[in-house]
Amino acid sequence: MEDVRPVEDDCQAGHMQAAQAGHSRRNFIKGVIAAGASVSASSYVFKEGAVARAQAPGAVERLVTLTVNGRQRRVDVLPQETLATTLRYKLGLTGTKIGCDRSECGACTVLVDGVPQYSCSMLTHQVRGRALQTIEGLQAEDGTLHPIQQAVVDEQGFQCAFCMPGFVMNMVAMIDENPNPTRKEAAQFLSGNLCRCADYNKILNVALQGAEYTRRG
Amino acid sequence: MAVIRDMMPAFQLFQPTTTDEALGLLDEYRERAWVLAGGLDSFDWLKDRVKRPAAVVDLGGIEALRAIRPAAGGLEIGAMTTLREVGRHADVRDRYGLLADAADLVASPQIRNQGTLGGNLTQDTRCWYYRDGWNCYRAGGTICYADTPTAMNREHCIIGASRCVAVNPSDTAPALVALDAEMEIQGGGGTRVVAAEDYFVGPDVDIMRMTVLEPGDLLTAVRLPETWAGARFYFEKSRDRQVWDFALASVASAVKIVNGTVEDVRIAVNGVAPTPLRLRASEDAVRGRQLTEEVAARAGEAAVQGVRPLHHNGFKVALLRNLVTRAVRGDEA
Ligand SMILES: Cc1cc2nc3c(=O)[nH]c(=O)nc-3n(C[C@H](O)[C@H](O)[C@H](O)COP(=O)(O)OP(=O)(O)OC[C@H]3O[C@@H](n4cnc5c(N)ncnc54)[C@H](O)[C@@H]3O)c2cc1C
Ligand code: SF4
Repeated sequence: MEDVRPVEDDCQAGHMQAAQAGHSRRNFIKGVIAAGASVSASSYVFKEGAVARAQAPGAVERLVTLTVNGRQRRVDVLPQETLATTLRYKLGLTGTKIGCDRSECGACTVLVDGVPQYSCSMLTHQVRGRALQTIEGLQAEDGTLHPIQQAVVDEQGFQCAFCMPGFVMNMVAMIDENPNPTRKEAAQFLSGNLCRCADYNKILNVALQGAEYTRRG
Repeated sequence: MAVIRDMMPAFQLFQPTTTDEALGLLDEYRERAWVLAGGLDSFDWLKDRVKRPAAVVDLGGIEALRAIRPAAGGLEIGAMTTLREVGRHADVRDRYGLLADAADLVASPQIRNQGTLGGNLTQDTRCWYYRDGWNCYRAGGTICYADTPTAMNREHCIIGASRCVAVNPSDTAPALVALDAEMEIQGGGGTRVVAAEDYFVGPDVDIMRMTVLEPGDLLTAVRLPETWAGARFYFEKSRDRQVWDFALASVASAVKIVNGTVEDVRIAVNGVAPTPLRLRASEDAVRGRQLTEEVAARAGEAAVQGVRPLHHNGFKVALLRNLVTRAVRGDEA
């Protein structure tokens, strides 16, 4: 029951709102129970009843399906939850790091429909239906590393490597757009990621090496 | 100072698919609603718990707000178009390179991939006292913390202050003022169109707002007129780091030259005043003349008449003068 309540009744603001709109929380619950009981006692229908009540235009449903690394993942997402939080703490994909939580470091970079974005600064509900790619999805089924990952290993590109997953995801997007970048172009493309060890030279070596591995196929 | 907390406080989230649905929700929730575009200004406020809206209306699902299309000889850009699309779109690049250049200099690549033109124009000021939740004039209080003897105000304004000394942070705003763009606004009262210059509101008019938008209003599109398509453009942004940082000062200009003489010109700056500022005196120094070194210098000088720097931002006076001079000269940015 907890996880199928409609989003709009799940917060204090929602309570206030419902109360002001003339439906108290108690009435709401009574309504849900009535709706569920009149059809069936199964929790599935119970949920449908609650959801139907939540369909003010554009109101979001909490249980969503995300496409992460090519797999469909069903997950319970709060309205105010960021994508980085969902990935790390709901889906166990802890490769994505939270550095600043303010779009200022790039550690949380993931690909949304192939485009690098800061997962700390978007709501998970904003990316329903989009293809999400995280560092966990790069390796092939048989364990072969992605060319960029191989370049990280070969070039020993990072020191503490907290920023590494974000950089690597951005590099994956880079070679997709520009398979043969100059050092300067790579620096520009990767400029939305910070490395506090200031290991930029080696990071750019990785980017160029990874691009070369990709071109060689 | 940004503090990382586990979660933003709860709000109701709405994801309408039409502008009318969005307007309906905004009308229902009024002051308790928050419009969400790319979220790159919004999430700071929500994470820091300085703003606590009851309902967040995400415009991301409204396809109609995303298009770039020809209109009346010019171009119309939907408010939800990302800065990345604005910077890359062939028509914007070819005919209104000034806007493309400005969009390309915003923040970082990832932010441009997500941030929208409408959000960039409507974003709140970056004065850190205010953003940290201090109860200053702009927040409804009775003091400006940035204008005291010990205040840190290197990034604040040198022109046009009225109690609040914060600046408008947008890079695309001065470009649109220079292009004489129009903003299309939809609200309960229907659709209205305002000149880009009039979209922004200074503290002398309303200290708690950055734009003319009222609760319940949406910026729906930006229209670029044919008049300035293909003019000689110049955009320069001066900042501490070449990524992420907001402009200490920026200049955008559009010049039409006929037989070596300036037939018409528009110059706008940002980062120096509470709103993006059109520099009419500098334009007058240039219009009808040939673009000589002397004319450029005079335009630069005209830009800094009447400035009133604060403790830590005297450098902005020279910066502004030089940026305007360079814009008129048409230096390589
Ligand atoms: C680290 C960092 C660095 C940055 N550096 C720069 C920079 O150098 N230059 C620069 O110009 N900007 C910079 N920005 C700002 C960033 O570009 C803007 O935050 C972004 O463009 C705002 O757009 P958004 O779509 O993310 O808007 P949001 O955050 O979603 O919205 C911003 C504001 O506008 C309102 N709003 C948005 N769209 C509409 C609409 N259509 N109708 C009515 N109201 C609306 C929202 O309610 C909100 O108040 C930076 C931001 C960050 C986080
Ligand atoms: S400059 Fe404006 S926003 Fe900043 S503290 Fe002063 S009144 Fe507040």
